[in-house]
Amino acid sequence: MTTKNQLKVVAEPGKQDIYMYREFDAPREMVFKAFIEPDLVVQWLGPKNMKMRIEKYDMRTGGSYRYIHADEKGNEYAFNGVVHEVSAPERAIQTFEFEGLPERGHVSLDTALFEVLPGNRTRVTMQSVFRTVAARDGMVQSGMERGVREGFERLDALLVK
Amino acid sequence: MALQARRDVFQAIADPTRRDILNLISKKSLNLNTIAEQFDVSRPAISQHIKILTECGLIIIKDQGRERYCEIQVKKLAEVADWLEPFRKQWEHRFDKLDTLLVKMQSTKKHKKR
Repeated sequence: MTTKNQLKVVAEPGKQDIYMYREFDAPREMVFKAFIEPDLVVQWLGPKNMKMRIEKYDMRTGGSYRYIHADEKGNEYAFNGVVHEVSAPERAIQTFEFEGLPERGHVSLDTALFEVLPGNRTRVTMQSVFRTVAARDGMVQSGMERGVREGFERLDALLVK
Repeated sequence: MALQARRDVFQAIADPTRRDILNLISKKSLNLNTIAEQFDVSRPAISQHIKILTECGLIIIKDQGRERYCEIQVKKLAEVADWLEPFRKQWEHRFDKLDTLLVKMQSTKKHKKR
């Protein structure tokens, strides 16, 4: 029996970064591939109830990417960045910017590390470093608002039944 | 009717100085003077932050002799940890989809080998 691989998120108060830790029951090369190849990324990176569209996803050192999440109402949320380094199959470092903010320049530096675990398993560590604590908190809270909204939507659906 | 100020953990941690105060007293209780000395802002400003933190239930003030000590309320602070929960859920949803994809990738790989 396999227990569910738990996602651990660490964002300490007053700091500028977020860490995420997650293990996968698949070999490192495969997990890495699922993070790097656009036709695979598009199958999992989209948030709930949103469609993901990739405009560009060139995950090589010096490359760049841009993708859009679209909800049912047609609202679009675009993200872009440049790729600082990709060393298969262990490391990918890129910038990340949400284009929907009131001003430009709020970029985070995202590092993903892929470690081999016994039994053909993989541990992924993701770190995002923001320019300010406020930017970090804002990013996390944007997820919070969406989470609350989704919660209400689920409640609505339940009430209809 | 007076406008009621929001007094919850989110209000408490919304301000960087208040987060610094919480960090400062997370290891041990400190008196007001010691806390105020760590900041460039004025003593009344720090007092105001501490008042808000008290009202939010994140710290309590204990009198020890002539000194007033600020003590962190760990249980209340745990509510702050929950602010991450929706963010975590969103990524959990993504990684669950990735799990499914990886299973699919592994089975196609096996088929190719045969």
